[in-house]
Amino acid sequence: MDFITNPGFPYLSVILLTPLVGALALIFVPREEVWTIKAIAAVSTLVSLILSVLIFLAYDQTIGGMQFKEDILWIKDLGVSYSLGVDGISLPLLLLTNLIGFSAVYASWNNKDRVKEFFILLLILITGVMGTFVTRDLFIFLLFYEVVVIPIYIMVIIWGSTKRVTKEYAGMKLTIYLLIGSAFLLAGMIALYVNAYQLTGVRTMDIESLMLVPFTEHFQIIGFLLLGIGFCTLISMWPFHSWSPDGYAGAPTAVSMIHAGVLKKIGGYGLIRIGLFVLPAGAKFWAPLIAVLAVGNVVYAAVICLVQKDLKYVVGYSSVSHMGYVLIGIAALNVISINGAIAQMFAHGVMAALFFAMIGNLYEKSHTRNIPDFGGLANQVPRLAVGFMLAGLASLGLPGLASFPAEFTIFVGAFGVYQVFTIIAISGIIFTAVYILRMLGNVLFGPRQQQWDKLTDLKGPEWVPLIVLGTVLVTFGIFPYLLMDPINTGVTSLFARTGLSTVIGGGF
Amino acid sequence: MDFTLLVPEMFVAALACLLLILNLVAPRGERRGLVIFAVLGILAAIAVVAFNFDMFDGFLGRMYLVDAYASFFKILFLIAALLVCLTTMNYYKPLAGEGGEAYTIMLFATLGMMILVSAGELITLYVGLELMTISFYILTANLAGEDARSSEAGLKYLILGAISSAVMLYGFTLLYGVTGTTMIHEIAQFKEASPAFWLGVIFALSGFGFKIAAVPFHMWAPDIYEGAPTPVTIFLAVASKAAGFGVFVRFFLTAFPQHADHWIPVIAIMAAATMILGNLAAIPQQNIKRMLAYSSIAQAGYLLVGLVAASEAGVKSILFYAMIYVFATVGAFAVTIAFNNVSESDDIADYSGLARRSPLLAVTLLVCMLSMAGIPPLAGFAGKFYLFSAVIEQGFLWLAIIGLVMSMLSVYYYLSVVRVMYLGEVTDYSAIKLKGSMKLVLYVCMVLSIILGAYPGPLAELANIAARFMF
Repeated sequence: MDFITNPGFPYLSVILLTPLVGALALIFVPREEVWTIKAIAAVSTLVSLILSVLIFLAYDQTIGGMQFKEDILWIKDLGVSYSLGVDGISLPLLLLTNLIGFSAVYASWNNKDRVKEFFILLLILITGVMGTFVTRDLFIFLLFYEVVVIPIYIMVIIWGSTKRVTKEYAGMKLTIYLLIGSAFLLAGMIALYVNAYQLTGVRTMDIESLMLVPFTEHFQIIGFLLLGIGFCTLISMWPFHSWSPDGYAGAPTAVSMIHAGVLKKIGGYGLIRIGLFVLPAGAKFWAPLIAVLAVGNVVYAAVICLVQKDLKYVVGYSSVSHMGYVLIGIAALNVISINGAIAQMFAHGVMAALFFAMIGNLYEKSHTRNIPDFGGLANQVPRLAVGFMLAGLASLGLPGLASFPAEFTIFVGAFGVYQVFTIIAISGIIFTAVYILRMLGNVLFGPRQQQWDKLTDLKGPEWVPLIVLGTVLVTFGIFPYLLMDPINTGVTSLFARTGLSTVIGGGF
Repeated sequence: MDFTLLVPEMFVAALACLLLILNLVAPRGERRGLVIFAVLGILAAIAVVAFNFDMFDGFLGRMYLVDAYASFFKILFLIAALLVCLTTMNYYKPLAGEGGEAYTIMLFATLGMMILVSAGELITLYVGLELMTISFYILTANLAGEDARSSEAGLKYLILGAISSAVMLYGFTLLYGVTGTTMIHEIAQFKEASPAFWLGVIFALSGFGFKIAAVPFHMWAPDIYEGAPTPVTIFLAVASKAAGFGVFVRFFLTAFPQHADHWIPVIAIMAAATMILGNLAAIPQQNIKRMLAYSSIAQAGYLLVGLVAASEAGVKSILFYAMIYVFATVGAFAVTIAFNNVSESDDIADYSGLARRSPLLAVTLLVCMLSMAGIPPLAGFAGKFYLFSAVIEQGFLWLAIIGLVMSMLSVYYYLSVVRVMYLGEVTDYSAIKLKGSMKLVLYVCMVLSIILGAYPGPLAELANIAARFMF
């Protein structure tokens, strides 16, 4: 893989900007040429996907740290630079974004309404999410993070679906929740930036430089609180989670996939990279609270899942529940638990995206998501049923699929720190098994129902999400080291660099 | 005395007089060419100001200050005047057709603003202020013959404006009585503060508060913004407000730096109240001009945040934000002008399906409103970043949190309009045709709102140079 490590070639910029270039190209395509529009969207996401797989493989784990760096000074007086780079933490999430972005294009293949606008917004959305993972600059991070909010709103209100709540309500709720959260985030980040300037006399937004700034403990506690409100809203921490099920239910399939799959993970990613490693003392102060609320996530959302009748609400609440595991992993503040948290973000992203893709496909053909309406679908649509089974079994943490090593690692890491909370959280797996298996049973199995005979199974482009995401779930489930090794190099090197373990006093 | 310092002002005054004469001699029906003449003249004036941008000199012993700070604002006023003139072309008959003198008055208002931001002394300041305000009384009532709301707005503005001028003038007399000087920089040497002195400060503060429509002196704004002809509303919301800020910031930072501990908390509370009330009151509005009026009140709150910082970074952020606010506001109001021209309506409900009738109008309104809300990568985000980082630097974290939460809340009412435009049912599919001048304004405002957000460096650098002259 030597040819990839050529330092001169801006891989990350190409990965990041290809979807955006695709979106710009789409502006000039006449709106009637639907096939061309879809092809452009598919090709631009495919280019990004292939390149991100390549750099995932080419990332040098023996060196670790930030690789594929690019730096361009952007705003001189603020000390902002367009600086890109990936390490073991961001690499899996970059790959995840591209996997889901590519699949989302195919999951929207049958969309017939305002196709041109849809794919333009989708490509902007993918770029925005990707940008947060590849940047090393706080300002650019924020920029990309907030860029995605408005396209999502427009996509939900135009292409969303109205079931239990109207799509207008769902879209607005999603948007306002995330924006209010981001207001606190922004305040926290500006405070961080200003405080660092006052301590060091250098205006910088570089996250790695900010890690070395000796913030006072008092400031770290306030700063982490502000950042935490923003990130925890985004990762749908209980009790700031209620935007998530409603939002996913109202959103079109592609948006649900990207939102549940990757956008949410920006919260966890930010909490780890900025919260934990820039403000370790603040993290230590607030970690017990996060752990308590995370248990709330796991148990509360799992119990609610038991009574849901709408497929999207089940997956929506289950994603809230799964984010609880991630939060516990983060709150335990040691290398192993954080490794697990990142792996869980990846695994859950793939799983949730696959779930939403399958639900979207089913809904498109049957026009209902109500679980009692279905039954015995494995007879009519066996391929779709495979997708549902894969996603469902990954969701309940079946060994052999990607979620199992992730959840296992989290529990191993967290048990030493929060024994009671971890045990309660593990019990959440039982609830998960109950609602997932019941849902799969009611929808897929049982006697054949005549009314669903007209349903057509996955064919042509509809295969793509199942093949891409399913392969990833199985591959990383059987060979977990493919995922865990890069993550481990990222987390350990950051722990070593910031001396976090000395502050936190835990660890292995 | 170096009269060359006054070239920009003399140029604008001469242009205004020339327009007045041309308006008299030009035959009826031929007067539309006057707009083009005014536009070219304003472009030349911008060039004249920009040519001497970072000079620093005082005229008549610092009675009249020519520095980069004033030049920055002068360019801002002229750009605003230019864009407003362009929006009237082919659109507002009472302004463009028979009443060509509106352009003359607009230029006199601009001249007033230019004097205002250069004033180094209270009487000069007041002369500039009155020249600007009286011109606006006439402009606001410009549609008086046709639209009762216009005459009502003109009358309201006259009465309220006169009261606020009187209060401010009273404050100035008190300050003069206590300190014995009208020179702003000499007031700063006056260290002891008597009750009369504070009364003077408060009266001056309320006068400026009225001009920038800050809470609690904001009551006039929605009615007058709604009633005035829309181009005048733009000019009022953009240039008059910026002029108010220009002089407000210079006056308070030059005259009372030694009492900063006392007046900064007052302004911080004013800023917080303005941001909260402006944004909350905008939510239930049904009329787009009224909604934008409340949102422009909220914008004044954000700008006040920069004054709370009372630092070089704060002044710079005010300058930066004032400039991007011009493009966002002109863009948004220009859409209402173009839309009103075909539908004769300013109700948000009538914007239904606009995205299909004219994608350009819908996208411009979207971009400009989101820029005001501070959503990246638009200019408003960079502006708010500068403002709030300046104020957090001075320890006002709470104010920044209020401001940021409120600006995110403002997305709610902006998006309500977006929803109507993109989702609303369309009864009339006819495409809206736009004239070239209007398209130019829309494109300029939209593109600059994007570019200045994605790449704010150059404008920030200019604002930096200008802000340095305040300290």
